[in-house]
Amino acid sequence: MAYSDKVLEHYEKPRNVGTLDKDDPNVGTGLVGAPACGDVMRLQLKVSDAGIIQDARFKTFGCGSAIASSSLVTEWVKGKTLEEAGKITNVEVAKELSLPPVKIHCSVLAEDAIKAAIADFQKKRAARATPATAAAATAETVK
Amino acid sequence: MLKLPIYMDNHATTPIDPRVLEAMRPYLAEDFGNAASRNHSFGWKAEAAVELARKQVAALIGASDKEIVFTSGATESDNLALKGAVEFYKDKGDHLITLKTEHKAILDTCKRLERMRQERLDELKMMRLSELADRDVTPEELATLEIKFDLEKDAVYQRWVAKVRTGARVTYLDVKKDGLVDLEQLKAAITDRTILVSIMLANNEIGVVQPVNEIGKICRERGVLFHSDAVQGLGKVPFSVDEAKADLVSITSHKIYGPKGVGALYVRRKPRVRIAPSIDGGGHERGMRSGTLNVAAIVGFGKAAELSRTEMASEAARLEGLRDRLLKGLQSKLDMLVINGSMEHRLPGNLNISFAYVEGEALMMAIKDVAVSSGSACTSASLEPSYVLRACGIEEDMAHSSIRFGIGRFNTEEEIDFVIELMGKSVTRLREMSPLYEMAKEGIDLKSVSWTAH
Repeated sequence: MAYSDKVLEHYEKPRNVGTLDKDDPNVGTGLVGAPACGDVMRLQLKVSDAGIIQDARFKTFGCGSAIASSSLVTEWVKGKTLEEAGKITNVEVAKELSLPPVKIHCSVLAEDAIKAAIADFQKKRAARATPATAAAATAETVK
Repeated sequence: MLKLPIYMDNHATTPIDPRVLEAMRPYLAEDFGNAASRNHSFGWKAEAAVELARKQVAALIGASDKEIVFTSGATESDNLALKGAVEFYKDKGDHLITLKTEHKAILDTCKRLERMRQERLDELKMMRLSELADRDVTPEELATLEIKFDLEKDAVYQRWVAKVRTGARVTYLDVKKDGLVDLEQLKAAITDRTILVSIMLANNEIGVVQPVNEIGKICRERGVLFHSDAVQGLGKVPFSVDEAKADLVSITSHKIYGPKGVGALYVRRKPRVRIAPSIDGGGHERGMRSGTLNVAAIVGFGKAAELSRTEMASEAARLEGLRDRLLKGLQSKLDMLVINGSMEHRLPGNLNISFAYVEGEALMMAIKDVAVSSGSACTSASLEPSYVLRACGIEEDMAHSSIRFGIGRFNTEEEIDFVIELMGKSVTRLREMSPLYEMAKEGIDLKSVSWTAH
């Protein structure tokens, strides 16, 4: 099966391969897929306090199309708000990379990875916010 | 001088040996006669060429030339052997035994034979249910009415079933972890209704060589036919139809440096084995396979068989040397490699390795100057990796990480060294990109992670 030029280009020179500190409160990590299915994607987003994605890193176990899909979305999410990034769909990824029907699942995985990373970040933020809010509420009552 | 791309997928097909091409050339040009033309020199010349090839092919497997039926290739030979024996011996029995790791030409033929029997049974069910219900029964009602009228206990229906002579029942044997058949399991599977056992000589993915001589002995003792798809082992490992006590053997030309589109089925004469033909027509090949013979291709097949026979010993030693050089080289550069299938009972030119935490298709992209195969199936709709590796109990993730190297007659040491270098670099690069490799290095047990299957 022939790969599109864009898939080849991302596969040969993948953007933003790497690891961010998953314990950093500003980093959200999404790990999707399964080794048994032949593809696993890990996408990490570093989000500023203003809610802008400042950095993105990925590591992918999968075919060339899966690697290209993850590489592409790391480029796309940078500079976007969480809300904007959450709107990226697999259709856009598949179209940009001209993925054939048998490779559509790779783009689905990339969309899932963004959503999972955002969800992880929001969970962290909520966990951070909750003790503070609770403390504030306690202070209220005392007063 | 190293020439790219390098062909190292010799289980898929092999290049034509120049000596084979030379032998074929006249029969593609001036010697164009029909081997069945008995009344002029054009026909005689073609017939003589075919008969010489028949002897050459027979000699490679220790057979007599009268036992060779030329076909279009091993897929046809497999179909002819199984369907032909099932049809001819339908009064003797209706049961076949094969392996889960057989080639699709065997497995899909078995599936069709099972389906044919099931369709016949369904027809009988419909007829009997129409009688019992005293009205026309539709196929959609079959499942419910079958239970309502308890056909399993219906004496009339059971009497009909005993008379069914269409298709077959099939037992698919598991293999051991090293890919070899369990002979005790085979013995236990043979019943008084078994007509044929079909077990390959060597596997096309993992190159594991089955103990065909022991299998043949068991079959002969139990009075069942032994068919072997010998495509991958032919000309690579010693094989004789008499030592293996084989009754039917499928072989093909294009895996032994001959042309595509020609193969043969060996059909034993003593004791005589019969098969019903699949293709009817002019009665060529003693009525077992009609159709004008592909003279040039048959001549090429014969020449290829002769070369394989005379050069097998030296070639096997050379291929084994190259294979071991490849393995040692890879092991010196990379950790976490797993060899799939028995190393002891294996084709000399085969190496099937899983490169843990790297996906096979991505790896093939990285080594695009080297033609190999992968057990990964990221392209198939089901995403199911190799059924052969799965049957050997290899985990799916490791099956997705597998690469099959098929080293052949024209591969050189220089090519092997190039592949070692390239594989070392590519696997390392892809592992640096693999979240699984990072997790494994951190000591995370990947089996403990709850993955999101998709």
